[in-house]
Amino acid sequence: MTDNELPGPDDEARVPRRVIGTPAQGTAVLGTRPVETEVETPGVTLPDPADARKAERTVTLLFFVAFLAGIAFIASYVVFQVGSLDKTAVSNAALGGTLTVALLALAAGVVVWVRRIMPKYNLVQERHDMRSDDDTRGYVDETFRAGASESGFVKHKMMRRTLLLAAAPLGLAPLVLLKDLGPLPGTSLRHTVWKKGMKLVVEGTGQPILAADFDSPGGILSVVPEGYEHDLNALAKATLILIKFRPEDLKSGTIKNWTYDGIVAYSKICTHVGCPAALYEQTTHHILCPCHQSTFDATDGAKVIFGPAARPLPQLPIGVDGQGYLIAQADFDVPVGPSFWERGDAEAEAREARGNQS
Amino acid sequence: MNETPKPIAGTASYLDDRLGAGSFLKRNLRKVFPDHWSFLLGEIALYSFIILLLTGTFLTFWFKPSMGHVEYQGVYEPLKGVMMSEAYASTLHISFEVRGGLLIRQMHHWAALLFVAGMMVHALRVFFTGAYRKPRELNWLIGVLLLTLALAEGLTGYSLPDDLLSGAGLRITEGVAISLPIVGTYITFFLFGGEYPGVDVISRFYTLHILLIPGILLALISAHMVLMWVQKHTQMPGPGRTEHNVVGAPFYPAFMAKAGAYFLFTFACIAGLGTFAQINPIWLFGPYTPADISAGSQPDFYMGFLEGALRLMPAWEINFLGHTLPLSVLIPALVPMGIIMTGLALYPFAEQWITGDRREHHLADRPRNAPVRTSIGMAAVTFYGILWLLGANDEISTHFHIGLYETTIIGRFAIFLGPAIAYWITYRICIGLQRRDQDILSHGVESGVIKRLPHGEYIEVHTPPAEDIAEHMRGKKQIQIVPGDDDKDGIPPKGVRGPIGKLRAKASKFYGTDHVPLDGDGHHDGHADEHAAVGAGDKPRELH
Repeated sequence: MTDNELPGPDDEARVPRRVIGTPAQGTAVLGTRPVETEVETPGVTLPDPADARKAERTVTLLFFVAFLAGIAFIASYVVFQVGSLDKTAVSNAALGGTLTVALLALAAGVVVWVRRIMPKYNLVQERHDMRSDDDTRGYVDETFRAGASESGFVKHKMMRRTLLLAAAPLGLAPLVLLKDLGPLPGTSLRHTVWKKGMKLVVEGTGQPILAADFDSPGGILSVVPEGYEHDLNALAKATLILIKFRPEDLKSGTIKNWTYDGIVAYSKICTHVGCPAALYEQTTHHILCPCHQSTFDATDGAKVIFGPAARPLPQLPIGVDGQGYLIAQADFDVPVGPSFWERGDAEAEAREARGNQS
Repeated sequence: MNETPKPIAGTASYLDDRLGAGSFLKRNLRKVFPDHWSFLLGEIALYSFIILLLTGTFLTFWFKPSMGHVEYQGVYEPLKGVMMSEAYASTLHISFEVRGGLLIRQMHHWAALLFVAGMMVHALRVFFTGAYRKPRELNWLIGVLLLTLALAEGLTGYSLPDDLLSGAGLRITEGVAISLPIVGTYITFFLFGGEYPGVDVISRFYTLHILLIPGILLALISAHMVLMWVQKHTQMPGPGRTEHNVVGAPFYPAFMAKAGAYFLFTFACIAGLGTFAQINPIWLFGPYTPADISAGSQPDFYMGFLEGALRLMPAWEINFLGHTLPLSVLIPALVPMGIIMTGLALYPFAEQWITGDRREHHLADRPRNAPVRTSIGMAAVTFYGILWLLGANDEISTHFHIGLYETTIIGRFAIFLGPAIAYWITYRICIGLQRRDQDILSHGVESGVIKRLPHGEYIEVHTPPAEDIAEHMRGKKQIQIVPGDDDKDGIPPKGVRGPIGKLRAKASKFYGTDHVPLDGDGHHDGHADEHAAVGAGDKPRELH
């Protein structure tokens, strides 16, 4: 738009010298030439002036509402303090309400402005193929080849190969650096903190459990190892559910000599993806994981009866100490929690080991 | 305005002297943007992203990405004295002790939902109108990448508060990661800095969530915008619109103002949701412990389809040579996501191969006019939708009194049957709509005028459709088909030889055959009277 204002060599003399403090003539992007807005341009339909004046009143009102709501927002920040549930709720409603109204009024104002004051546009612009023309492509191709030859990259074979060679280890370096993100798994996934003699305590209260007190059939407790009540890493594998049965309810899947007086301990960590299998239906003796609804039969070695889990919840051998408190007899003999590549058929191995012992 | 105000003119000259911005502005100030409501869907995602950056920055001023144990001493009474991570404690602090903290936190969460939802509907619009076709395949790929990254950004984000609900999500993430063959345990140990949950994952997710992923998102979104700008937006067929032009409103001032208003609307909407619609009330969930969970735990909506897939899967697990392949985790975690994302990424190229169409396309297809594409899209939407619904099967079971296991079993069938049924229904609807278009173009629309013919028959007068609607309908393009017929010597043309070539020819015919060609006026026989009945005096009624 400024092209035609550029002074040609001929009219140099007629162009006045630039006055200090004003932009140089002809260099302004937004020039000083008057823009005729009221002229009919094809594709631009100007609004009816009367309607535009009416719309202006609406827009003004909306912008003024936005201004007031903005003020109210700042006022709310000062007036309404936080610090309790109720106060926070009031502050939240005041700040959020005023912000919403301010933004909404502003947005509505601009929309009315665009729709009723700005012209209706139906402008047409040509598209061009994205592809460059053949001359350009040819030129780039030639330049590329010339540059490649000039650089000597093509001719000097050894240099090219050693450059690639040099890049390879450097490319690997970032991966190597990530090694210390964590230790290697080793056999840690196969063990939990449970060991012979460790007391079972109630999750939350930390109370040890007298076997004689846990005597109502159908009762259930969430249990953690004593001394690890706040160790999340330990809890992620060692948490148990403890269920009391009438001895005649127990089926062959449950290892009877790992129970004590009808009390059975299963890992609470679901064998699917590790959520705590926390729901227990007393009438059916079903343990249900709320995440993906794997369902285990608690009377029958917690075998899977529905859902995506593929393995039963491992059973922990329990007994009582001298004072009658429930204790672990050993660690789990299979890895608890979700399956992993190195796990293998740990259940079969464990069965075999148990068979050899007896 | 007769004269540009001095400050603006001065600044402009200053910048142009140094940057040469004038020639850019000369080309672009009046850049034309076509108008259609569906072109605004992507903007929702764009503006949500800006709001995410703003609100997210605010949250980082107080959030402490640490899993160190502290005893809560804040103002929220029910949790006083409870041991929790610093991350959770600082999130409570933001919620209750920072003025506007709860508002901004809730806005951040709502904006995240709107960001992903905006991307999804935008992707559907682009898909169903074929706007991913040449030359826009690269921008489509950027979009698919953006959607994938947005899911990762969401996952790392909602894990940060370290409450009981987000911990359940993290636990499932771990369970999925550890199930990967060969590398699973290593990836898990590297991610969590050892055994789950460890003490590192929150601070690592924090870095990913506030630096790495948003950085990539920002770069890709910029690239997405630049490509859109350079290639110019597609437009819907209509009067005066061709493959070689753009018809619409200029960037300055109309489009700029509209976009600004739309940003404000999105902002207002998110502010309203953040104020009046409670989201993720972490104080009700309590701090995370791997020993507990609450029933009805649900992830954010965009993760629901993965959750549904996990719930749907039967308990398949393979043990061989001392190794375990937990298919009941691997298949649902990888296959649906793989089908959807890979399918999206490859679709433009698959379509190009099937149709042999290498032309540039700037006029958007109406979904009905590409029935096979639309049906494939709806089948995919159904596949996703069923998985998504089943992610809440416990809620469905509770609220609609259907047995929990029944929902799963129904889902196991529905996931295969649903997409097939959706394909068929969509296909029939597309063909039906095409017939209707064809009918309107050749017979016109009902005018409401009843006329008695000389021999006594009564007919309703039909008038031609309004010009812009007719143009919109006539914008239908033939889908290209690779020539598959043998020549006179019985030799098939190049590109369709061999078994793969034959398959291609078949697929092409299936994909591109137009069952309802628009034959304009050539369909009149037998109905001539109706059309002749439109007298010179009858003003054609506009159809809206």
